[in-house]
Amino acid sequence: MQFELDVNGERHALDLDPRTSLLDALRDHLGLTGSKKGCDHGQCGACTVIVEGRRINSCLTLACMHEGDEITTVEGLGAPDDLSPLQRAFVEHDGYQCGYCTPGQICSATAMLGEIEKGWPSNVTEDLETQVEASIEEISERMSGNLCRCSCYPGIVDAIRQVAKEEARA
Amino acid sequence: MSLETTRQLKHDTPDHDRRLDGMAQGVLGTDMDRPEGRLKVSGRATYAAETHPEGMAHGYLVRAATIGRITGSNAEAIRAMPGVLHVLEDERMIRNAAQGMAGESPVQKQGQSWYVGQPVACVVAETFEQARHAAQAMMVTIEPDGTHVFDAEAEGVEVDTPEKKQVSQGDLDGAMAEAAFSVDHDYRTPSMSSAAMEPHASVAQWDDEGRVTLRGSYQLLRFNKNELADVLGVAPDKVRILSPYVGGGFGSKLGLAPEAVAAALSAQVLGRPVRVVLHRRQVFETVTRRSETKQRIRLSCDADGKLTGIGHENLVSQLPDEVFSEPVAQGTHFQYAAPNRVVGHNIARIRRSATGSVRAPGEAVGVTAFEIAVDELAKTAGIDPLEFRLRNVPEKHPENGKPFSSSTMEATLREGAARFGWQHSQPRQRREGEWWIGTGMAGAVRVNMMIEAHARVVLTGQGARVECDMTDIGTGSYAILTQVAAELLGFAPAQVETVLGDTDLPPASGSGGSFGAASTSTAVYLACMELRERLAAKIGVKETELTLKDGVATHDNRQTPLTEVLGDEEWRALGHLKPGKAGQEVRQATWGAVFAEVAVNDVTGETRVRRMEGTFAAGRILNLKTARSQCHGGMIWGIGLALTEALEHDPRDGHMVNRDLAEYHLPVNLDVPQLGVHFIEERDDWANPLQAKGIGELSICGSGAAVVNAIENACGVRVRRLPATLDQVMEGLIAQG
Repeated sequence: MQFELDVNGERHALDLDPRTSLLDALRDHLGLTGSKKGCDHGQCGACTVIVEGRRINSCLTLACMHEGDEITTVEGLGAPDDLSPLQRAFVEHDGYQCGYCTPGQICSATAMLGEIEKGWPSNVTEDLETQVEASIEEISERMSGNLCRCSCYPGIVDAIRQVAKEEARA
Repeated sequence: MSLETTRQLKHDTPDHDRRLDGMAQGVLGTDMDRPEGRLKVSGRATYAAETHPEGMAHGYLVRAATIGRITGSNAEAIRAMPGVLHVLEDERMIRNAAQGMAGESPVQKQGQSWYVGQPVACVVAETFEQARHAAQAMMVTIEPDGTHVFDAEAEGVEVDTPEKKQVSQGDLDGAMAEAAFSVDHDYRTPSMSSAAMEPHASVAQWDDEGRVTLRGSYQLLRFNKNELADVLGVAPDKVRILSPYVGGGFGSKLGLAPEAVAAALSAQVLGRPVRVVLHRRQVFETVTRRSETKQRIRLSCDADGKLTGIGHENLVSQLPDEVFSEPVAQGTHFQYAAPNRVVGHNIARIRRSATGSVRAPGEAVGVTAFEIAVDELAKTAGIDPLEFRLRNVPEKHPENGKPFSSSTMEATLREGAARFGWQHSQPRQRREGEWWIGTGMAGAVRVNMMIEAHARVVLTGQGARVECDMTDIGTGSYAILTQVAAELLGFAPAQVETVLGDTDLPPASGSGGSFGAASTSTAVYLACMELRERLAAKIGVKETELTLKDGVATHDNRQTPLTEVLGDEEWRALGHLKPGKAGQEVRQATWGAVFAEVAVNDVTGETRVRRMEGTFAAGRILNLKTARSQCHGGMIWGIGLALTEALEHDPRDGHMVNRDLAEYHLPVNLDVPQLGVHFIEERDDWANPLQAKGIGELSICGSGAAVVNAIENACGVRVRRLPATLDQVMEGLIAQG
């Protein structure tokens, strides 16, 4: 079937099998291989992209359902010579090793910081009346949908905290 | 192009020159960022499945649902399905992934399904969606071929007891009978999965000369090349494998896996490129897993807490016809001294999927169980477990009397204890609300190895390029090889390019067994030393009097830019490391100590790790940042082993029940506190001319025991069957009343 996708500010015309997941459309048909397939089951988070401002598992949704949606992938967050603050912080804190879950971690963290800023509570939020802080525990809880078998969680948390602090100052 | 000269080292003797300590660039050992980091964080590093040659078709593997003889299939109907190009039922398909460093084909299908989940066919279609649909519709007829055993501890199971792997010294039974204190327990560790984040993927393409190029995700390319050639029945020079980025390995990508064979065979038949990616569930089933273990550990000591006897008798599982078996007691042979010793190794031949090397094969589960047993004995003897270990530090290899290349066991224990603030305490002393709080500790030990490696370094006046078929599976190869060359040749790291993951380049060690960094860095070191010698000769000074820094040679109080020395020339040197007697005359090992604080919920039995500190010694640390990350990884694997990870096999047919990431529980972010990692500065001259040892596996070898010991200290419940799930802890809590 024919449809269009708006990815990282560009419109793409596609003619794909309706069974094609958003993840496979990005990876196999648009050349955007930054989003990774780790399980194809919504269990690992490697495929996380930002759709209409919210982080989602792109393996769990069909591409053709997203005509007109604004989709951002890791490639849209920054380029090797123009990294986003989170991408830079992941390099500095070694918040990755093999790099496979990393684009998902970074897309997830990008949206997650917005969720904290909007005051969305999480499972570990003690007080629902005050502004939630980007604490270690809040970040860890909110990033627990993104698995990392190299187990870079300490570096991931350090990287996100640094950016959260920078943004709070700004 | 200029002449390529070679420098070879047969590693027979220690290197006391420590040349790296005299270099001037100052980049080795720093916390330099990974040079490929910008590509990884921006999604531009391309992994195996991400190259799409023109005309690429998609293959999807078909799994055997039962065990037996394959007698037929509905392939004809499948071929008629939309988009289907080929149904591969080739007898050369492989039963399971090759074992690490096999260099030859693993057991092939040959009309047989050996275990539930074995790949028995591959459906190739124009699109991924068509291939997946058709593969799921394919039915392979399998006739039962008798009854099989699925549990290593079942009655009537066939058990191999290889003579070479049994040790008996002194009289352990006597030592146990006469001991002031002793323990004798069975410990069990679960069947486990590497679960690297990138599923195995291969894109195969044949050229007109009958040469196949495979873009794959593999750890040991020079072995994998021979494995694929052997399966296909072609000469090794007809195979090229490319793995510039590997999305995690942990042993699962040591050996050629079924998707590579299916892709290569299908691509040959169709005359077009074929990609086969394992589905996550196929990764669990067809790639080797870590064996479940049953470990009987007997320990005896005198009234002063000095060990008198050590027994470690193990049972592991494996499919028939596989040579590997989990070397559970690998660390036990030398970790502690005791005059009376028994090591037993038994392999049950059962029909679960094949077992193989998973991060730190042997010590990961062997040291973990052993360090729990040591904790139990220390408690029985009424001695602080830290003090107990310090009283039993071996002076030399307890079994064969060989010296240690370096012994940092005591140093890591003392330093680790100081950093953690270790204080011995009785169980059930600290309570916060419904949580029991406790601390535990364990020693860590892992053998150190080197294997043959080649690397080329190309030098110009402007910089250098390192070339070999080494892989970076997240371990930091790009970083450390860049640093070694930059340090020795006197360039900023940005002036050094490291090109890896291509079997057309010189054959390096590959990544596995923690031997990669030391082996391939030594090959790079040798190539750089050869180039330094040639530079010195051209300038007219002795190599030892040459200082290289920021692209400038300093000698006899004069400075000459390398651009002037080399002009437009490009010099090439090949470094070649051959392991020798240095690996046999002494026991080389890495050592560590891990301390943990946990909270155990008195109501639910849940355990949370609150604090964890690891102190490790592994010779020269080549990159502080990547070494630290490797240790984080191992410690977190220890948390997984202690608390959450276990593959469950159906007792009726051995099939893996929880073969996905929702049901096989890796530690997630919230399961892990901000860990502390500290390195003891060390130079191990026996290890290699870099004085560096492997760091990738050490930290998993004992970390799980620190957590399990902390549970006992918190709430008094001793868990001997890992992982320490809620039900086991609850049962213990209830029993205590």
